[in-house]
Amino acid sequence: MIEILSTGAVNSVQDLGRPGYLDVGVGWSGAMDAPALSAANLMIGNAPGAAGIEVSLFPFRVRFLRDAPFAVACADCPVTLGERSLPSWWAETARAGETLTLGLPRRGARAYLALAGGVDVPPVLGSRATDLKSGFGGLEGRGLNRGDRIAFAEGGSKLPAGGIGVDPAALRDGAAAGESPIILRVLPSAEHAAFTEAALETFYATAWTVGNEANRMGYRLNGPELALSQRLELFSHGIMPGTVQVPPSGQPIIQLAEANTCGGYPKIANVIEADLWRLAQAPVGARLTFARVDRHEAVAAIVRQRKALADIAALTALARKDGVAPSVAASPSKAQEPAHVGAEQE
Amino acid sequence: MLSIVDPVRQLRIGLRVAPRSEYPVISMEGAGAVLLDAADAVFSPQTQERVWAVAKALRQVPGVMETVPGMNNLMIVFDPVAIAPEKLERKLDAAWHNIVPDAVAGREVEVPVRYGGAEGEDLAALAEHFGMAPEEVVRRHSEAHYSVAAVGAMPGFVYLSGLDPSLAVPRRAVPRMKVEVGSVIIGGSQAGIMPVTAPSGWHIIGRTDITLFDASREPPAAFLPGDRIRFRVERILP
Repeated sequence: MIEILSTGAVNSVQDLGRPGYLDVGVGWSGAMDAPALSAANLMIGNAPGAAGIEVSLFPFRVRFLRDAPFAVACADCPVTLGERSLPSWWAETARAGETLTLGLPRRGARAYLALAGGVDVPPVLGSRATDLKSGFGGLEGRGLNRGDRIAFAEGGSKLPAGGIGVDPAALRDGAAAGESPIILRVLPSAEHAAFTEAALETFYATAWTVGNEANRMGYRLNGPELALSQRLELFSHGIMPGTVQVPPSGQPIIQLAEANTCGGYPKIANVIEADLWRLAQAPVGARLTFARVDRHEAVAAIVRQRKALADIAALTALARKDGVAPSVAASPSKAQEPAHVGAEQE
Repeated sequence: MLSIVDPVRQLRIGLRVAPRSEYPVISMEGAGAVLLDAADAVFSPQTQERVWAVAKALRQVPGVMETVPGMNNLMIVFDPVAIAPEKLERKLDAAWHNIVPDAVAGREVEVPVRYGGAEGEDLAALAEHFGMAPEEVVRRHSEAHYSVAAVGAMPGFVYLSGLDPSLAVPRRAVPRMKVEVGSVIIGGSQAGIMPVTAPSGWHIIGRTDITLFDASREPPAAFLPGDRIRFRVERILP
């Protein structure tokens, strides 16, 4: 169990989402930066889709009520366990009573906390992800509040003394953290050709700004207006996380994890699946550009991302196997309770 | 949370201005989703039956994760590593041309509605707009046969076809940020019922107490595509 000491109301329990119900209007939800949550889980021996906590309002502080392995994944944010600074992309075993703090990221926008065994909330429609818009899943269908106690299941693996970390470079497919503008690879979608030549040129040439209306449902972008060759009235149709719509205002909207399942605005492009994490790490005010790729590259990027996660799983499994159980070295001043797999569930 | 899109306002049913070049058109929605669009100028119930049948068939294709029927269109979500997008498209196109839609055995459901007054705050203004008495609007709304064309946008929202054309009305210029769950609404040439409290640009003519969506239930949505709905007048409020 952990207790939340400091949080914002949009920080929430997320897993890899709730597929299977788009046809009844239920979106996927799930971690906006799915590879980061997966990597954090893998570091501590969880399944990649175990439920963790997505943090987008900082500082986020929790107190561990028992010894437990945890992992954090964030582009570049100050992480402290008790008095000690930890690297980003790091796993360690917290002692009962220790406080973990995730500070405001210097780059990026979201951080993930994975807990050994995964956050233990009842699954709703097959997933523990919080659907904030619809008010179900996660912890009582809402974001986290100060004072909430979060249980996590047993499981996860013992970590070597001093913890383990991973280098996210391969997972990030060469994207530099904090790059500006952020490059988003896109595929053209249904109404791409219905925009004027000038609009298409503008779409790809502009450094768009993430507007104030940016949340788990989607981001509105600020920039020049994009015009259609002629007015379109479309029948309502399925849309995906990553769909870039252009409403009558001419300013694009990118649909994200909690998007409506159907929409009717013209679609100019889709951000490829492997780049959705880049949007998750784009704060309000960040600048974005769109780069057209082909399907082959979009699929290849997914394959590389899965390979990078498989490598993280394999490498961290080796490190856990070769290491020793969490030891006195990590925090000599405190009474030690070795983490053990048979710990009582809280 | 900020509401960045008004879900209901996006449900555009209307004339398609662009001429169709082919039939149907398949386009990409990222690497792992395609949209088959078979819509013509007006909504076609026959096309919709094909949409349902093809959705059902495609769910059996290995690698397919979800099928999402829209209004005379169909989105297929798949793992593009498990099945190449081009192969998926060929299967989708073949299914579209070869399938013989079954008769859909939808249920007939009666939805009791309290019309007007505080429960249907736009009824009086709409009646005036149509140049008819509020009772006449209620009669035309409740005597029509509706069918659930698709479910989507928000959890459990039903896209109902079958609205009396004389009740077609443009959406509100400024959408309400909060329309209560159970509101019986019309917008464009469509009718609907709010499954959750959410923003909407449609007009509110009444209220029902039936539950359209319950996440703890399986299936969570009360209605499925192909179901038929009749609205029954519980009472008309002054």
